[in-house]
Amino acid sequence: MCLAIPGQIVRLLDDEGQYAVVDVSGVRRTINIGLLREDGVKPDDWVLIHVGFAMSKISGEQAMDQLRLLEMLGEASVALEEVSGYDFAERAESTNDRQARSAERSE
Amino acid sequence: MKYVDEFRDPALIRKTADEIARLIERDRHYRIMEVCGGHTFSIYRFGLQRLLPENIELVHGPGCPVCVLPMGRMDDGLAIAARPEVIFTAFGDVMRVPGRRGTPLEMRAKGADVRMVYSPLDALKLAMENPDRQIVFFAVGFETTAPSTALTLLRARSLNVDNFSVFCNHVLILPAIRAILDSPDMRIDGFIGPGHVSTVIGARPYEFIAREYGKPVVISGFEPLDLLQSILMLIKQLNQGRAEVENQYARVVPWDGNRPALRALAEVFAVRPFFEWRGLGFISQSALRLRDEFAAWDAEARFSVPGVRVTDPKAAQCGEVLKGVLPPNRCKLFGRECTPEHPVGALMVSSEGACAAYYHYVHAMVTAGD
Repeated sequence: MCLAIPGQIVRLLDDEGQYAVVDVSGVRRTINIGLLREDGVKPDDWVLIHVGFAMSKISGEQAMDQLRLLEMLGEASVALEEVSGYDFAERAESTNDRQARSAERSE
Repeated sequence: MKYVDEFRDPALIRKTADEIARLIERDRHYRIMEVCGGHTFSIYRFGLQRLLPENIELVHGPGCPVCVLPMGRMDDGLAIAARPEVIFTAFGDVMRVPGRRGTPLEMRAKGADVRMVYSPLDALKLAMENPDRQIVFFAVGFETTAPSTALTLLRARSLNVDNFSVFCNHVLILPAIRAILDSPDMRIDGFIGPGHVSTVIGARPYEFIAREYGKPVVISGFEPLDLLQSILMLIKQLNQGRAEVENQYARVVPWDGNRPALRALAEVFAVRPFFEWRGLGFISQSALRLRDEFAAWDAEARFSVPGVRVTDPKAAQCGEVLKGVLPPNRCKLFGRECTPEHPVGALMVSSEGACAAYYHYVHAMVTAGD
C-alpha cells in the first residue's frame, strides 16, 4: 500500500482541475490530481500515484528509478494491476474533454 | 515493465555499507526502527540486514495499516458488510484480514456483497451507479491514504451522493511513535522515518522525537541505497551525540508537507480521543473520525455497529512483533499455525507486515548471503 506508482500526465481533464489522464507503463487511466493543485501539474509531468491520487510531482529520472524499484521489489505487476483497476474515469471525464478528444482524433 | 533487475548504483551501495562498517563503534549496539511497512518490505526483499554490521539491529515498526487494526474493527466492519442493502468495499490488503467470523473474502463466499476497490473514488462511483444500495468504504491507512478518503468525501458531499459512507480506520503515525518511545520495554536509538506519509505531513512534525526524546530521525526513500544512506546518517548522528530530523528523501518529501492534503484532512476529519491499536493498545489522539458535518457519510453513525473488542488469539504474539520486542520468527505460531496462506494475525497478511515479509524473504536472504 505504501509503494507509490510513477505515472506521466497525458492530459488534464476539464473537471475543476481535479482529474487527469496518466500513463503508467502504457496503461492509461484517470487519476485525481487535486492534492497537487499548488504544484501546477501539466502534461508530460511525472507524478507518484497512490490509490488513484497523485501524491507528489517527481522528475522523469526519479520516475524511472521508482519503476525500477517496483520491478526489483516484484511489485511492478501489482502496481499495474492497481492502475488498471482505477474505475472512476467515466464520471470524471467531462463533456469538454470528450469534445477535446474527438477534436484530437479529427486532426 | 522492462527495467533492469538490479540495484541502482551498486558501487555506491558498497561504498555506503563500507562507510557504515567503518563508522560504527564496536562495543555499541544500535537499535534502529523503520517505522513504515514499505521500508520493512524493502529491507527484507533486498536482504539489507546482511549488508550491515551485526551490532546494527533493524526493528520493524507499526507502519502497516492493516497490521495495527484490531480484530474488533474488522468485526464491526463485517457486521455492516452482512447487511443485505450494503455493498462493502475495501482495498485488496483488507480482503484477507481475519475477523472472528472470517475475512471479507470469506464473507463474500457466504453471500455478502463485498468488492475490492483500488481507490476510494471507485467506491463513490459504485454508489452513483447503485442508488438503491448502500455503499460502504472500509478506509484504512496512515496519513498517506487519508487525504484520498478526505477528497472522496468532499466529492460525495458536493455531488450529494447520499448512499455512500466511510467506515473510518485512518490512523496517525506520530502518536504511535510517541507510544513506542513511552513504552518501557522499547529501547530504540533512532528512527528511519516513513517516506510517503511524510510527503503529506512533511518532516517538521517529527521534531518532537529529537527535541523531547533525544532520538534522531532520518526520513528515507525506499531503494536499497536510500535506506543505507539513511542508516549511515543515523549512525553519524548517534556517534556524534546529535538528535535531529534529517530528510534523506528530500527529492519527494517537502519539509512542510502537502498543504492541499493537510487542508482536506482538517476539513473532513477530527482526531479521536483514543483508538485501539493491535499490539500497542489504546493510544490517545491516534486516529481520525469524520467531523460531525460529515456524519451523513459516516458509516459508524449510519449503521449501528456492535463496537466489539476482541483480544488476539492468546498464542499469537503480534503485539510483541509489532513493537519490535520479538522478531517475527520467534513467535510461537510463525510458519506453523500462522502462514501467508492461513494467517492468524494481520502481520502475516499484508506484504508490508513484518511476518509476511520475513516469511517470504528471510530464506532468500540467508541463501543470498554468500
